[in-house]
Amino acid sequence: MSGGDGAALRLEDVHKRFGKVEVLKGIELSVAEHEVICLIGAYGSGKSTLLRCVNLIEPVTGGRIFVRGEEITAAGVDVNRIRRNIGIVYQAFNLFPHMTVLDNVTLAPRQVLGSTRHEAEARARDLLARFGLSDKEDEYPDRLSGGQQQRTAIVRALAMNPSIMLLDEVTSALDPELIAEVLSVIRELAQVGMTMVIATHEMGFARDIASRVMFLDQGRILEEGSPERIFSDPQDPRTRQFLQRIIEAGRL
Amino acid sequence: MAIGGGSRPELQHNLPDEIDSSPGGRRSRILGGGRGEGVRGVVIAMLSTVVFFAVVVVAIVHAPGWPLVKQEFFNGQRFVESFPAILGAFRVNVELFLVAEVFILVFALVLAVLRSLPGPVFFPIRALAIAYTDFFRGVPTILVIYILGFGAPPLGRGVPRSEFFWAVVALVLVYSAYVAEVYRAGIESVHESQVAAARSLGLSRWQSTRYVVLPQAVRRVIPPLLNDFIGLQKDTALVAILGVVEAFRQSQIDEAATFNFTPYLATALLFVAITIPMARFTDWLILRGRTRRRAGGAF
Repeated sequence: MSGGDGAALRLEDVHKRFGKVEVLKGIELSVAEHEVICLIGAYGSGKSTLLRCVNLIEPVTGGRIFVRGEEITAAGVDVNRIRRNIGIVYQAFNLFPHMTVLDNVTLAPRQVLGSTRHEAEARARDLLARFGLSDKEDEYPDRLSGGQQQRTAIVRALAMNPSIMLLDEVTSALDPELIAEVLSVIRELAQVGMTMVIATHEMGFARDIASRVMFLDQGRILEEGSPERIFSDPQDPRTRQFLQRIIEAGRL
Repeated sequence: MAIGGGSRPELQHNLPDEIDSSPGGRRSRILGGGRGEGVRGVVIAMLSTVVFFAVVVVAIVHAPGWPLVKQEFFNGQRFVESFPAILGAFRVNVELFLVAEVFILVFALVLAVLRSLPGPVFFPIRALAIAYTDFFRGVPTILVIYILGFGAPPLGRGVPRSEFFWAVVALVLVYSAYVAEVYRAGIESVHESQVAAARSLGLSRWQSTRYVVLPQAVRRVIPPLLNDFIGLQKDTALVAILGVVEAFRQSQIDEAATFNFTPYLATALLFVAITIPMARFTDWLILRGRTRRRAGGAF
């Protein structure tokens, strides 16, 4: 694993420490273009922190991260420029409550990419139409269902035309009947070849959509492989235990 | 008081502790509240109000010194005679208020943003902003007006001599300290996940503040801001000590000429007349904010 290979995203021995607690203990990860990686693991295993580090919202305390061959953890890198190319969607949507759906989606393209209002809105309307939100463009986020809010958040990230999307448990805050509409949006993204890293508790979904599944436990990737192998023939005892619990909870 | 009032019984019901901050709620408290009491409650409330005020009025009117007090403070003729000049002078209060308010809104926002700058690099700026608010919240407004109004003009060439000018400066300096704290509370009430969302879209720190944090912060603090401006409206009367002929000064002049205190009553009523609409407007904004948040409820 060296230098400027064709990887969309590569992590080399990434460490993250909050005070005395080490949340990530040497993560090695390489994601090819158009690959969909699903991160599974218990709460507190480091999935969210990993995504936040890739987005530079959390600075790493050790190791290096490359996006398309460029080291983004290097000193003096323009973090705003890096973040433009990395879309992230959060569990709690984090839409801007004082803006309409359309303004939420066009804010960053207009302010960061310098698009005109006309260009930005045209593109936003295209995306909103694609994700079934055409009639919601003038609504405020509080008036939307959770599923609609999360789809809006996905559209907002896509409007920046990112080369990679990070999804941080995007269905965890949703009522069960709203999960499907968000998952179908993500499926569509996977079908058009979007490179994604997805932290999720939806094992059925991970099995369907992932190119590779990684099991995180206490800040380490304990096991990785094709979804078929991970879900039907897990090797590590901890992976087995985790999946066993998921099955007992009726979620696989 | 009728703005949006009384039409939301469910709100009052849910929020017994907050009743007095909403017009709808206030009505229920004044009239004795509970839904079940209905007409009977209203009748009892009115009767008891009439009796209460009748007793108070009778007691005052029968006090031994009442005829003199009436002559000196509630003199109808003096009221009518002094009112036009006081109303004319009150224009100065309104001007003071309007001019000062614009500068306060801007200056205080700058102070609040400076105080919210993160990181060790900005420590000196934060420290300055903190020292400023500590100082000007601590010094009585009347002293600031006095010191600037009499101390600054003698500096000489190029320094404005107008009392009005220095009065505005003094009010801006003092009130900006209060208003900056109100803004800061608003800025801090915006959840950090909003900033994270903005930054992760590639917005710079300043862009996140400008487009995401400040609009939400300012919206949240509009009611307390208006509250401070009610205070400012009243404090324009302090400017009288500089000799600016505003309403209070005008009534002093009147009183000195006639030895009758009724002009002060006229001035007081004028201040009440402009602060009450402001207070009702504030109530209405608070109520509207609350209803709007409740309409959402996705979280």
